[in-house]
Amino acid sequence: MKVEGKVIKYGDNVDTDVIIPARYLNTSDPSELARHCMEDLDKDFSLKAETCKILVAGKNFGCGSSREHAPIAIKESGIECIIAKTFARIFFRNAINIGLPIIECPEAATDIEPWDTVIVNFETGTITNVTKGRSYVAEAFPDFMKEIMAAGGLIGYIRNMFKKT
Amino acid sequence: MGMTMTQKILAEHAGLSSVRAGQLVKAKLDMVLGNDITSPVAIKEFMKIGAECVFDTEKIAIVPDHFTPNKDIKSAEQAKFIREFAYKMGIKNYFEIGEMGVEHALLPEKGLVVCGDVVIGADSHTCTYGALGAFSTGVGSTDMAAAMATGEAWFKIPEAIRFVLKGKPGKWVSGKDIILHIIGMIGVDGALYKSMEFTGEGLSHLSMDDRFAMANMAIEAGGKNGIFDVDEKTIEYVKEHSRKAYKIFTADNDAEYVEEYEIDLSGLRPTVAFPHLPENTRSIDEVGDIRIDQVVIGSCTNGRIEDLRMAALVLKGRKVHKGVRCIIIPATQKIWRQAMNEGLFEIFIDAGAAVSTPTCGPCLGGHMGILAKGERAVATTNRNFVGRMGHPESEVYLASPAVAAASAVAGKIASPEDLK
Repeated sequence: MKVEGKVIKYGDNVDTDVIIPARYLNTSDPSELARHCMEDLDKDFSLKAETCKILVAGKNFGCGSSREHAPIAIKESGIECIIAKTFARIFFRNAINIGLPIIECPEAATDIEPWDTVIVNFETGTITNVTKGRSYVAEAFPDFMKEIMAAGGLIGYIRNMFKKT
Repeated sequence: MGMTMTQKILAEHAGLSSVRAGQLVKAKLDMVLGNDITSPVAIKEFMKIGAECVFDTEKIAIVPDHFTPNKDIKSAEQAKFIREFAYKMGIKNYFEIGEMGVEHALLPEKGLVVCGDVVIGADSHTCTYGALGAFSTGVGSTDMAAAMATGEAWFKIPEAIRFVLKGKPGKWVSGKDIILHIIGMIGVDGALYKSMEFTGEGLSHLSMDDRFAMANMAIEAGGKNGIFDVDEKTIEYVKEHSRKAYKIFTADNDAEYVEEYEIDLSGLRPTVAFPHLPENTRSIDEVGDIRIDQVVIGSCTNGRIEDLRMAALVLKGRKVHKGVRCIIIPATQKIWRQAMNEGLFEIFIDAGAAVSTPTCGPCLGGHMGILAKGERAVATTNRNFVGRMGHPESEVYLASPAVAAASAVAGKIASPEDLK
């Protein structure tokens, strides 16, 4: 599984309240959530997400509230992968569970700049920065998470499990 | 190799004799929780699984507490959706307005969580139940959906940080001040993916309400869970509130901790977290002159009876500063009644404070006290991120109920010691 695209970049501790403010949590409609994604941090996010497929951030991305509306809003905005120095753990779970690939790689998260073109290979954990001609190695997903991703998320995975029994 | 308290609880629930940090396990769940924001997403996902019923109607709790009593039509639709699901599935622990409360104050009070349990909740502050010596952690809606169907969840066995508490805290230093101090010390990702295990003789000076406030904010240091040694106070609380069987787990003597901190509680001062991260802490002596517009006393962190008693102690015979809105929100119906019977509402109303029905409301910028552009609040809540309580250019300062009440009187961030 590979994702290739241009990069939007933010700093450390991007919390789920700025990813999708609670004032919009009276709905769970993905397209409505996507319209307000990141608006308190970057008013141009949705415009950028039309041309950029990869989000790069610093440490502790997605900290705070457990709202799954946050990765849902990001995914629906058109982002196909997030690279960060580290992720907050609930956000990490949520992204995997909804089938939004995310990858921890401090080196890549530091070196990659906005608008760089980047290719992420989830099988090998290799991140290639086409613009800069450099590559970085992250840890590949464990098999268990690969299975979840292959099933399109946790629900697909559980549904397969129910079918077997 | 010995195991930490958290590792032992997870091992037992995974049916394993031992586990090591980093291992992925599937564990059986004693309680699965959701609220009116996270449950609608979870229910939609649950329906996609194709399960006809939930795994156990007694081990699921659904608490509409965030945007309730409903603030607008969309919120009412969401609440209706989860109510209908709860009735259809026969979920025993669905709590309607009139019997509900802020979920993490409500579940322990209803005896739904006891020592040794494994609990997940689609709310990040589910870590609160660590105060009871349970393993509890926040997850998202999809995890909640899968758990409602299977009664299980996958976990990566966490490493742990040990906090050894010593000494007795001063009169105005509460559990909230201790946890803010710790978050200031280790940062908002200082315990990322890890357990925070609290131990030491200093625990004997901390009430259950202090411990709930501390475990509640483990997530603000990035922690997977925060957990306390079980002592007589824990057992007394559990016996008073629950009929469920409980099991006490203790860390092995040779358990491995990635870090260890010793904290002398007697040396701590009331602590305030400045915008826009809970790690931006200062002691009350270093806050300077910060004028405020609003005070909120409540939430899953500090809406319990001791918090209200502390606020009343400070507000008694005093008036809320002209121009400051002081909103007090008892976290559950039981706490509300207790505060009423103890005469705390007389004190609050004489002081010019408003008392609300239980709700998470303003904590997450939902309703019941939203801030305008440029406004500042002192809140006993748990997060002060950009826009958390309203306008992206408003500010939230996190503090204990004593400091919040004193600030309401002073019109600026203040210690109870500063009041005349």
